[in-house]
Amino acid sequence: MRFSEAWLREWVNPPVDTRQLADQLSMAGLEVDAVEPAAAVFSGVSIGLVRAIAAHPDAAKLRVCEVELGRDEPLQIVCGAANVAEGMKVPVAEVGACLPGDLEIKQARLRGVDSFGMICSAAELGLAESSDGILSLPADAPLGEDLRVWMDLDDACIEVDLTPDRGDCLGIAGLAREVAVINQAPLETPAIEAVPPGCDERVPVQLVAHAACPRYVCRVIRGIDATATTPIWMQERLRRSGVRSIGPVVDVTNYVMLELGQPMHGFDLAQVDSEIRVRMAAAGESLALLNGEEVTLLEDTLVIADAGRAIAMAGIMGGADTGVGAETRDILLESAYFAPRAISGKARLYGLHTDSSHRFERGVDPQLQVRAIERATRLLLDLVGGEAGPLVEAVSEPDLPRCEPLRLREARVAQILGIELSSEAITDILERLGMAIERLDDGWRVTPPSARHDLVQEVDLIADVGRIHGYDRIPISHASSTAVARATPEAGFDLDRARLTLVDRGFHEVITYSFVSPEMQSLVEPDAPTLSLSNPLSSELSIMRTSLWPGLLQAARYNQARQQPRVRIFESGLRFRPSVEGLLQETGIAGLVMGGAHPEQWGQTTREVDFYDLKADVEALLAPSGSPSPSRFDFVPASHPALHPGQTARIEVGGTPVGLMGMLHPSLATELDLDGNALLFELDIAALTTAALPKYEPISRFPGIRRDIAILVEETIAFDRVADCIRAEASDLLRELVLFDVYTGENIDSGRKSLALGLILQSSSKTLTDELVEDVMGRILARLASELGARLRD
Amino acid sequence: MVEQTGLDIAALREAAIRAIADSADLSALDQVRVRYLGKNGDLTALLKQLGTLPAVERPAAGQSINRAKIEVQAAVDERRAFLEQQVLAQRLAAERIDITLPGRGQTPGGLHPVTRALRRIEGLLAGAGFIVVEGPEVEDVYHNFEALNIPEHHPARAMHDTFYFDADRLLRTHTSPVQIRVMEQQAPPLKVIAPGRVYRCDSDLTHTPMFHQVEGLLVDEAVSFADLKGVLYDLLTSFFERDLELRFRPSYFPFTEPSAEVDIQCVMCGGSGCRVCKQTGWLEVLGCGMVYPEVFRHVGIDPERYLGYAFGMGVERLAMLRYGIDDIRLNFDNDLRFLRQFA
Repeated sequence: MRFSEAWLREWVNPPVDTRQLADQLSMAGLEVDAVEPAAAVFSGVSIGLVRAIAAHPDAAKLRVCEVELGRDEPLQIVCGAANVAEGMKVPVAEVGACLPGDLEIKQARLRGVDSFGMICSAAELGLAESSDGILSLPADAPLGEDLRVWMDLDDACIEVDLTPDRGDCLGIAGLAREVAVINQAPLETPAIEAVPPGCDERVPVQLVAHAACPRYVCRVIRGIDATATTPIWMQERLRRSGVRSIGPVVDVTNYVMLELGQPMHGFDLAQVDSEIRVRMAAAGESLALLNGEEVTLLEDTLVIADAGRAIAMAGIMGGADTGVGAETRDILLESAYFAPRAISGKARLYGLHTDSSHRFERGVDPQLQVRAIERATRLLLDLVGGEAGPLVEAVSEPDLPRCEPLRLREARVAQILGIELSSEAITDILERLGMAIERLDDGWRVTPPSARHDLVQEVDLIADVGRIHGYDRIPISHASSTAVARATPEAGFDLDRARLTLVDRGFHEVITYSFVSPEMQSLVEPDAPTLSLSNPLSSELSIMRTSLWPGLLQAARYNQARQQPRVRIFESGLRFRPSVEGLLQETGIAGLVMGGAHPEQWGQTTREVDFYDLKADVEALLAPSGSPSPSRFDFVPASHPALHPGQTARIEVGGTPVGLMGMLHPSLATELDLDGNALLFELDIAALTTAALPKYEPISRFPGIRRDIAILVEETIAFDRVADCIRAEASDLLRELVLFDVYTGENIDSGRKSLALGLILQSSSKTLTDELVEDVMGRILARLASELGARLRD
Repeated sequence: MVEQTGLDIAALREAAIRAIADSADLSALDQVRVRYLGKNGDLTALLKQLGTLPAVERPAAGQSINRAKIEVQAAVDERRAFLEQQVLAQRLAAERIDITLPGRGQTPGGLHPVTRALRRIEGLLAGAGFIVVEGPEVEDVYHNFEALNIPEHHPARAMHDTFYFDADRLLRTHTSPVQIRVMEQQAPPLKVIAPGRVYRCDSDLTHTPMFHQVEGLLVDEAVSFADLKGVLYDLLTSFFERDLELRFRPSYFPFTEPSAEVDIQCVMCGGSGCRVCKQTGWLEVLGCGMVYPEVFRHVGIDPERYLGYAFGMGVERLAMLRYGIDDIRLNFDNDLRFLRQFA
């Protein structure tokens, strides 16, 4: 809601300046978004009278005007506007005046004729975006007076961003009440008197949909002059409220809406067939709206209809057929209360949002309709003449919102706000807010004013007391409430720790959108069922990710395109997987590496990152998750559509998959324009949460013995099988197994590889003898030979 | 003095000491030591010749020889110490390196600034006894809106720019539904925070369709707005590590009453007015309030017995203020040149 400060000050004028007033509003919960001057800066413009006009001797479009300013000699001003006329009051910028845009008015010679100033248009004064000719001032504008003073242009336009509960402040009247309460200042409510009927024509009203429209007030006004112009003061107030002047009837209804908060509508009576029926739209019924759109109405849309058809979308927009135009002679003025439930959502549904729907959605004062129509009638009669008919009011009392009295317990105020207020302070605030109060034993019975339909519970009253008393005057308390200690499990996967592990290993954390493009999804997990947004911002962001990889690949691509060839990134977050049990939303952590294994440096030759580099990172993530045994996690050859078939591992714990890692499939890398090999991993956090606590085992007092062997096996034999074989045979004597070389090439038969292994053997109960060690080593070699065809390398 | 014995002890001693002084390195020195002091060394040999002397001369000669041996041994020790020192000095000189060369190996990465800010907030609130809880991001209409007292067609619902999947499922527009889920599952007293991603169907210079919030909820028998002010004052001044002024502006949320928006004194200009605070001196950083009785009723908590406060803040906003990030979209470009600045 945008309003003119000067207009507000007509209602309530506290001794505070504009800045203070704005702060007061914000601190009362009516947030001020902007304070702007009502008019651009200009000076030296006063009200003049065009005495005489003569043709310019040398220019057909220019005229030489004699302009009187009520002092000295009249000024000669050359004017190019077509609408300048003798006897017109106009704004005159004298020589030395300064107009918006730093335009200084100087004495000029226009085609040989001297001009001592300029007659201004509204646009030239910054009062309109464009103007058709000069601004014509009313005949009673005081000659010679400074235009700024006379038009009260040193005013401010204040924009308040109202929360949806404060529909009562969508009018000067409501705002003024708040300002009066805050400042304990008197409120000047303009007297609104019933306009005595000048004719007795009436249009009957039927409330068919009485729940949606419990009150409908209307009146006929006959014989208006719809060509009259809206007076400047009203145009200005509308302008300063951000409302365009359209014509006198619409302007008056808008004016009353801005003043009192009651949206109104005027119909061209000649187009209304016999009666008003407030009803729900019929199926398939259509309506041509004032904005030129033709809509097909839904059955739950409330309409104003005459005997035959819908003539307005109730509370949202009038119909084009019955709109008031310059030819309109008789009007039907409407002032109704539409239930918020009947209006809210509808404007949006039809893609319409109007000042009217905005107010009805938030709730208009259900007791305001008669006052508003009387106010509008008076203004209209003054402005466009005519004769008003009697008020017709159709009302369904049971459907009107009731202002239920609320019980307010005095103790509850202190309990909720945390401040002790005297009962006088509380009742003073409530009374100033217009509430009727009645003392009870433990507090009061409070009846809020009809405009404050937001007050429905005791706590709403308490909030208002706190608000008016001032939140800043509520103390800061450090009263410690019950500490609720709930232990987090010690064993298991610690996501925060995992993040830091990756950071320490050179990864940067990224945060990518949880929705991805269908293209990316189909590249990475083409067969996975997905969940799609029904209203995505774009198709690029339309599918909920089933894996963190699309986001990582996108980020890698983004960075590679920006000369960042070395990428080490990770992300954690939810993945969304539709399944038979419903949608699974599971946290994962995933990483991507590409480019150099290490940053380019002097001490190491540059080498591209490979599977085993990333495997070390993954093992580092898995290591602290509570298991003392390195064999707890198995890396099992696997396949995945996004990964290289020969470099894909499924990570398992006791046979349960917990993640996947591997090299990006080369054809995907090509498709994604990625240079070099990208390696990816993703772990499922939920699957990793069951882990054991560390368990102490006594450290052996006996020395360990190391034996190194080099064996030859078929190249296709996985190292894990070799290790398993050794562990099985050495059983609890094997303290540690180190693989210190893997070799293929010269001196090795093709198809075989050499594995160099260090075995550290130790007993917890005795010193190992050479005989025992030789025996164990012999058995290990025999088992390697029989199970894997391994033999000792010479 | 001992010359008269016929044994030239002095000359031998002199020769030995000269040889020791002349020995260039430890092995040469050791040869000299063996030559004079070894089992078959010259001085040792003199002792063996003692027997050839007259008995009266023997004690004096013996003493002389022993004295010479001690002197030579001392010279050897001294020379050895000197040579060892020299060897060490040479080694140290040879091992001098350019310590300004960069260190080897991996350089550390970094957490995303949003995570960084989030961890800080979580840490501060954990210190105040709040426990981290999580909730789903694909939510249902009930938890995201209805249970929070935002019925269908409520203007507040329209203001949320919601992403929908179907009539009932949506992407949560705030972390507040986690409040409901916690209260459904646990009995008071409750003291939780719910950090996480939230989504709004909005994308422009100052909005991204996804961002992060932290929700806080405390439910207990005696909780007041003053307590809420206290916890937020502590949180925000600790987060920014400075004594900030806070402003609680009355506001409206359907699920709290009284409700407030909290402004902090602008951390960029200190409140004097700048571009970041749009010349107001204030920055809006969070929304909060006392849990609305209707919300308690939805989850079966007696609003007469229990009171609660809730607050919710945008993490990007706080991270941006803390680290001077001037465009929210940078958070989701994931440009390494941006991310490295938070390493």
